[in-house]
Formats: sequence, C-alpha cells, structure tokens
Amino acid sequence: MASQDITPAGTGSAKVSLLNDPRIRGYIYQLVVLVVLVAVGYWFVNNTIANLQRANLATGFGFLDGRSGFDISSHPFTDYSSDSTYIKALYVGILNTMLVAVVGIITATIIGFIIGVGRLSHNWLIRKLCTVYVEVFRNIPPLLVIFFWYSGVLAVLPQARQSIALPFSFLNNRGFFFAVPVFGQGAWLAGVAFVLAVIGAFLVRRWANKRQMATGQRFPVLWTSLALIIGLPFLAFALKGFPVTMNYPELGGFNIKGGALVGPEFMSLYLALSFYTASFIAEIVRAGIRGVGKGQSEASHALGLRAGTTTRLVVVPQALRIIIPPLTSQYLNLTKNSSLAVAVGYPDLFAVGGTILNQTGRSIEVVAIFIVIYLSLSVLTSLFMNWFNAKMALVER
Amino acid sequence: MADNNLSFVRTEMLQGQTPPLGERGIVRWIRINLMATPVDAALTVFALFLLVWFVPPMINWLFVQASWSGVDRAVCATVSQGGTQPEGWSGACWAYVNANFNQFMYGRYPQDQHWRVNIVGVMFVVLLVPLLIPRIPFKSANAIVFFFVFPIVAFFLLVGGWFGLPYIETATWGGLLVTLVLSFVGISVSLPLGIVLALGRRSKMPVIKMLCVVFIEMVRGIPLVTVLFMASYMLPLFLPPGVTFDKFLRALIGVALFASAYMAEVVRGGLQAIPKGQYEGADSLGLSYWQKTGLIILPQALKMVIPGIVNTFIGLFKDTSLVSIISMFDLLGTVRQHFNDANWASPQTPISGLIFAGFVFWIFCFGMSRYSIFMERRLDTGHKR
Amino acid sequence: MKNLVLKSVLGVSALLLLASAASAGTLDDVKKKGFLQCGVNTGLAGFASPNDKGEWSGFDVDYCRAVAAAIFGDATKVKFTPLSAKDRLPALQSGEIDVLIRNTTWTLSRDSQGFDFTGVNYYDGQGFMINAKKLSGINSALQLSGASVCVQSGTTTELNLADYFKANKMEYNPVVFEKLEEVNAAYDAGRCDVYTTDQSGLYAIRLTLSAPDDHVVLPEIISKEPLGPVVRQGDSQWAHVIRWVHYAMLTAEELGITKANVQDLIKSDSPEIKRVLGQEANTKLGTDLGLTNDWVVNIVKAVGNYGEVFESNIGSGSKLKIARGINAQWSKGGLQYAMPIR
Repeated sequence: MASQDITPAGTGSAKVSLLNDPRIRGYIYQLVVLVVLVAVGYWFVNNTIANLQRANLATGFGFLDGRSGFDISSHPFTDYSSDSTYIKALYVGILNTMLVAVVGIITATIIGFIIGVGRLSHNWLIRKLCTVYVEVFRNIPPLLVIFFWYSGVLAVLPQARQSIALPFSFLNNRGFFFAVPVFGQGAWLAGVAFVLAVIGAFLVRRWANKRQMATGQRFPVLWTSLALIIGLPFLAFALKGFPVTMNYPELGGFNIKGGALVGPEFMSLYLALSFYTASFIAEIVRAGIRGVGKGQSEASHALGLRAGTTTRLVVVPQALRIIIPPLTSQYLNLTKNSSLAVAVGYPDLFAVGGTILNQTGRSIEVVAIFIVIYLSLSVLTSLFMNWFNAKMALVER
Repeated sequence: MADNNLSFVRTEMLQGQTPPLGERGIVRWIRINLMATPVDAALTVFALFLLVWFVPPMINWLFVQASWSGVDRAVCATVSQGGTQPEGWSGACWAYVNANFNQFMYGRYPQDQHWRVNIVGVMFVVLLVPLLIPRIPFKSANAIVFFFVFPIVAFFLLVGGWFGLPYIETATWGGLLVTLVLSFVGISVSLPLGIVLALGRRSKMPVIKMLCVVFIEMVRGIPLVTVLFMASYMLPLFLPPGVTFDKFLRALIGVALFASAYMAEVVRGGLQAIPKGQYEGADSLGLSYWQKTGLIILPQALKMVIPGIVNTFIGLFKDTSLVSIISMFDLLGTVRQHFNDANWASPQTPISGLIFAGFVFWIFCFGMSRYSIFMERRLDTGHKR
Repeated sequence: MKNLVLKSVLGVSALLLLASAASAGTLDDVKKKGFLQCGVNTGLAGFASPNDKGEWSGFDVDYCRAVAAAIFGDATKVKFTPLSAKDRLPALQSGEIDVLIRNTTWTLSRDSQGFDFTGVNYYDGQGFMINAKKLSGINSALQLSGASVCVQSGTTTELNLADYFKANKMEYNPVVFEKLEEVNAAYDAGRCDVYTTDQSGLYAIRLTLSAPDDHVVLPEIISKEPLGPVVRQGDSQWAHVIRWVHYAMLTAEELGITKANVQDLIKSDSPEIKRVLGQEANTKLGTDLGLTNDWVVNIVKAVGNYGEVFESNIGSGSKLKIARGINAQWSKGGLQYAMPIR
C-alpha cells in the first residue's frame, strides 16, 4: 500500500522500472481501489433500483408529510396525535432519544464521579464496594441491564390499585406518578426573576473574581448566588400572591389520574444506561485523578491550601484534562445505546422509525434518516465536548 | 577506682514491646482503613449499613429461598399466583434455568446433534488454553490451527450437510452457541480488519485514507442496532433479485464490521504512539513497507494497546446480545424468549433468567479483562514511563 | 484497499455458500432449491408456533405445508422463518422468504406497494381482551377510556386502535412493543389493562397467559382483518400457485374430500371429484399451474382440507375452540368461497 514513503535507493542513477516507482505504484493502487469501489457502488445502486422497480416501490421523502395514524405513548414537549405527520412522529422520536440521552448523561456522570472517587478512597470498604460496582456493570451487556430493570424490577411492582404511595407520588408497575405544579396567572414574573437572578449571580462572580485578583479579598460568591437565585423568584411569587397549584396524582378509573408520569420504559432505559455508563465513567475518573502527579497536591498542601481547596483548585482542573476526551466517547456511547429502547418499547428515534418503516415500507429512506440523525447527534456531542476540552486545556505561557 | 558497676546502665537490649493496641493487628488495620477520619468512619458506617441492608436478603433470595428444581412454574409461584409456594414467598427460580439449560446453551439445535456442538466446544477449549498460557511451546502452530483449521472444522461440524451429518439451519441455532460463534468470528475478523483500516487511515494515499476515515467515522457514529438493521433489511435490496444469504451470516458481517471500526481507532492510537525514529530506523535498514509494518511497527504498537484491544473484544462480546433485536436468539434472546413461556411465567422467572445470563456474560468478560491485565504485565518491557 | 478485498472475499464466499441463483420466477427458484421458505409468526398458538424440539404447527404452518405438498408432493420440504410484525414485509421484499403466511391483513396500500395478496384464509377482526378479575364491571370496549393498551407496533391493529379511540372520543395510553412475546409478557405482567389484536390472536394469546380463565375477550370487533398469504408483486405464476392451493383446500372441503378418504376418492366416479383430483383423462389443470396433476391429492393427503386444518389447529379440535363463524363455507353462511377448479 503506502510504499511511497520509502525513498528508493539510487533514484536517477539506475534505470528503475515504472512499476517499481513507489509514487506511480501508489497512484495505480488508488486507481484500482477507486474503480473497484465505483463498480461495486454502481452494481449496488443498479440492483437496488431494479429491485425497487420490480416490487413497484416508490422512493423519495414525500411520504413524510402523510398522516401517521399511530399514537406514541410518550411525547413530552410536543402535542403529537395520530393525526400528525410522519415527520412529526420522527421529531417526537428524536426528542425522546435526546431526553433519555441528556438525563442519562447527567446521572451517569454524577454516579461515575462518585464511584470513581470512591475507588481511590482511603476507606477500604468504600474502595471495595466501588470496585465491585465497576466490575459488575462493566462486564454485562447494557441490554441485559435494561431488561433487568424492566422485567426484573419495575414489572414486579404492584398493580395500579395497590400502588406504593410515596409523598406526593405513587409508584406502580405503570410507572412513577408525581405531583407537578401548575402555574397560574402571573407566574411568568417568577420566571423573569429567575433569569435575572442567574444573570445577577454570574455578574457577581465576575466582579468577585476581579476584586480578588486586584485586592486578594474574597467574597462569598456561592451564598450570594444562592440567595439571589432562590430569593428573587420567591419574592416575585410572593408579590403575585403565589399563583401556583399542585396537580396531585390520585387513584381513579383504570389508572392513576392527574400528576405527571414517568413510564417504566423510560425509567428502565434511563436507569440502565446511567448505571452501565457510570461504571465506565468511574474508571475514567479514577485514571484521571491518578494521572495528576502526587507533587501537585503536595505542593498545594505546602502552600497551605486545605484538602478541599486542593482538590477543587489543583487536582480536579488537571484531572479534567485527562478525563474529558474519553468521557466524550462515553457520552456518545450512551447516546447510541439509547437505541436499545426498542427492546422495551420506549418510543425513541429507532423505535418510531421502525414503526414508520413498517407502516410505509420505505426502508431505504428510514435507514438514511437514522444514519443522518445519529451521525449529527454524534458530531454535535463531539463538537460541544471539543469546545469544552479546548476551554479546559492547559494554557501554557 | 570508681566502681563502675552502675546497676542502672543496661547492658543488654530490652525485648521490643508490642505496639499499643491501636497500632497493631486488626485494630490498626481498621483504624487506618476504615476509621481514619470522622468522615471515613461515617462512610464506613454507611457502607456497613448498605451491606447489611442488601447482602443478607440477596443471599436469602439467591440461595436460601430459591427453588432449585421443578417441572413448571408451580415451584416458582405462590399459591395465589397459581403455584405451590407459601404466600409472600420470594426467591430465585433456578428450576427454570435448570429446566431450560439445554435451550440456553444450544437454542433449538436438534437434541440428538448436540454432540457436534460439544465437540466444537471441547476443541475450542483444548486449542485456546495452551494458546493463552505463555509457557507452553508451539505457539505459532497452535495459533494457525486455532485461527485457520479450527474454524473450518467447526463450520463443517456445526452446519453439517457433509460426511453424512444432517444439515442444520442456522435459524435453529441459539443460546450461548450463537453468542460464542458470533464473538469468535467477530473477534478474529475485526482485529485484522481493524489493523488494515488503521494502516489505511495513516496511509499517505489520499483515496485510501479518505475511504478508511469515512468508513470508520460512519460506523462509529451510528448505533450497532442500525448496522444490524441495515445488514438484515437493506443488504438484500442491494443484491440482484433472488440472491440472498443467511441471516446469521448477515448479522456476523454486521457485528464484525462494526467492531473493526472501533478496533481501527484503538490500533491507530498505538501506531501514533510509535516514535518517528522507529519508522526511520526501519527505512534506513531498507525494509519494505510491509516488512517495516509487520516486523517493527505493529508488534510495538499492538503491545501498547492490548488493553484497548481487549476492551473492544469485551465490547463486541457484549454487543452480540443485540442480535436479539433482529429476531435472532443469542443467550440473552433465548433466556427472554423462555420467560414469556406460559409454563414458566412467574414474577421471579425473568429476574432469575437475567441473573443467570448476566452471570455467564460476566464470567467471559471478566475473564478476558483479567487476562489482558496479566498479558499487559507480562509484555511490559519497561518502555513505559 | 485490503479492507475492500477482504469484504469482497467475504461476500463472494458467502454468496457461493448460500446463494440461490437468480431466475425468472419464484416457483422455479423454489423447485431448484428443493424446499419452500415460508415466513410465519414467531409464536402464536394455533397459527404458528414451534414446540420444544423446534417442530412447527398451526393453521398458517399447515398452509405452508400445503404449498410444499402441492409443489413437491412432500409436505416436509418446507422451512419456516419466524418473523415479527415489523420484519415480515421487508423479509418478503428481500427474498429471504418465498411466501409470507403470517396473519397479515390485506390492505390497499400493502397490495399496491410491492406485494400481492393471494386470498383470505382467515377472516378476522380486531378485538380487545381484558383481565376480568381485575377490571370487573367492564363489558364493552366503550368503557375503556383512560386505559393502557398493549399493542404490537407496525401492525394495522396499531392504526385501527388509534382511529377507534379517536372516533369514540376516548383517551388511552399505548404500550407498544415490536415482538409479540414482549406484548404478551407485558400484558401478563399487568403493564397494561387491555390487549388488542385480531380476535383469533386474542384467543390464542389467552391460552399462553399464566391464568387464562381470568381474561375475557370483549364483544366489540372494531375492524375488518382479512388475513391471507402474501407474495412479492409481479410474479403472477407464483401468486397463482399460492392462491389455488387455498382454493383447492376449500374445494376439497366442499366436495367432502378429507385426509382419510382422499386415497379412495381417487377412484371416485364423480366427474367433479375426478377433475379436482386430477384423474380426468389428459387433464392439464395441474401442469398449467406449474405443478403436477395430482397436486390436490398431495395437499389433502398432507394436511387435509380447509375444514380439517381449521378444526384441528384453531377450531373444536384445538384448545382455542374458535367457531367457524364467518370462516364457514359460503354455502353454510360463511365467507369462504372457492373459485371453481376447472
């Protein structure tokens, strides 16, 4: 293959056959590959067209505007019904995929960090427990973990009428029902207040940093921010006379009525993806922290920083640089693994797309949509993580 | 003149005293490892609480209360669920695993032909074990037999249709048999293919480089389910009418191609870590590209990425469970298929079956990862920092 | 490059190994191959389900056997491909199977987009099943507002369900799975209140539940579900074979030809029986179809007539005990009407 990087001995002096010239040979190889590839591609396309014609199948993406005719069990953030179009059904699928991916990533990161740090703990018991966790979850297939939650744990919960009553919520084999606040007139003010508070907290932090740089005096940023973010919306609420009511779930009819519901399909997928991915994240975190030289924390102690400050200001920022690249690929894996939803009937992109494929028979179009969407999700996640990585990277003088 | 007989000066050494109670034995160990700081102590208490809360009920469920043998769901269900166990009973249903064990291992492979699978299994173990133990000689002969002769023999034995052996469709295969065949083929195809792809990606020929990059990134960007889906529904569309090939083979190709893209990235990591001097040294000795790659670069690169390679193997092994989504029955698929069986359906059946399947998967994956750690240490020639 | 070489080597060897050469018609392909590849349900008691040893039985399975018997004179020359609702049409489209006999509903869009239905071997309708023990007091589908409904994805059932609840201004929560076994398991575990599919399917599924007697099928039938064999569009010879196998079984029932008496009836004097069984002098009825003239004899010998297949698999001779109902012969008030074999 790439033999042109060997400088031919004695070029120019002896007459070399053209075929022995690595550069020419390289061109020939590439040409052959290209021709074969084009030929195979042409053959595939030709066959496909012939097959489609023979079977009298239409092609094109026009069918996406048609009425879907089927219902989707979980469509948060959108008002989907069987009268909506296929494209809207796909949109619901994408949203569901992203929902489980985002929530899963957050949870997996939290669990992963706790377990990863736990594996480095001085406490023997904690260390061993964390090791057991990692070794168990890393070595079984994610699909099995999903089924474990779905058929092993959530399916054996009591029926709706014998629900386990928790404060403001119910747990049964139909899912987790919980109370949600319903905002009345004037609740928008609280929202505005919240946004203002966040902006305010951000500004305070900047000002405090500047002041510390200039004067060395510190300012309790955390407490001020918390006070702002909690206090301001609360004040706004109080001004409007608390325009909020709770929508409590209650037993009724077939099921529990009212409140909001998280179905067992979502729960099992979410729990499984979080627990499974967390075991990998834990290993990454452990490697990251161990990758920070011991001298760093010793030097920091020598400067008189306390253990917590050392961890926060010296170890973690350096460890993050090691952690982020592999963490990115774990996030991508989690997103891709969310396609296992189809096994428990959670309507993610893959499941909805499969239904559309079956109702319309457009296999090529649907698979093309899968590939485009999953690739763009991957690209988006890696772009974001690359940006984050660049922000975290070592800035050397 | 002074009498130097000072009685208070000791002439012989005192016997070393035992350290104080807090500094020796189990107490010291506990103090250092469990109670170093108040936070640690709290954590220990928390962990102990967790263990007490979790472990005894688990042992109870797994072993003490478990029902070990029986012919149908009666032994795994309480009276109100239509079984024989007392009300409130909860325990593992090993009877279900026991009764369906053959199915979990062979799927619907005809019962009277199981010996064929067993022979292949014995051959696999007999050839693999000496290959894994470094001290046993004849490694290359062993490897050739394992990777070239064994698959052919196994193929003829398992599929049959020759030498008077009845032909057995792959559609009847199932259980651990499918899992192992898929993983073995996937592993032995994906490593060479991954190496080729990685070399291609670092090639200086733009066409080849581009092809490899597109293939690798494409495959890595989409979930395996999509790849399997394509392999099972799209591939036939690309071929001339009437030409079809076995569903099992299609899944095999899907899994192998998928794993090879990941393998390529692992190998590329190794290739990138080889210092330029190695390439230049090989060039200056007048080695050809393949000599250089095969004798100098790859041995060093591969050694460096053994953990990554084994992780990819483990990933592939676990990924074989996804074929159940395209209606093939690997170990996990077979277990699931059977807990829907009315004969065994009980609240305890699914979780027991899943724990069994999980345990089998775990043994294989854990074994592989331990072996990789062992190999990594053994091959460590001290080049690492 | 190596990658491509490897791929093509893999592909070519695979083709050599397992490919069947392309040719004009499915019938010729099947004859050359020596067996029929028949797509069936993954496991629906009474229609198609394998036993522990992997032997298939059921109503649809007997239809596959009948086709094999008609072609080869040997009902064992058939292989079954279990297919989920979602896989079935792509599998037929791709040529993985020769014919799909898997309770598939005949609809306009399926018929016009790449497939041909060759007849209706079972007239069905969509129904609902509930756990009467848990939901006592419900005796009509119109009381199901607010229920969770288990349904298999990618079926006409899924679409009818949406339409029915919408038309009656009721709400429901769909619980959708791809595989029948998953739907069964979810319903059995109480994940949903209602199970909906074709009524015949409900009766079959009820048997596989852990407490069959607790469950009742509600009286409403909300759709027409004509189930029948499907072939790829554009191969009329093959479509004719499948279609006439069905009519032959119906005709045999009409004429009283059974598994038991077919051997004797070959010598019958009745001109109609003689014609159907290919005993007419110089008959070309079978050969024109691409089969042998004793094709009907082979079918009936192998599986029996329509009535026998019905009764033994899903009717009075089975656990399902489904009444003939609209699947009775036209002369007995049903819809099954065979075109004349002449």
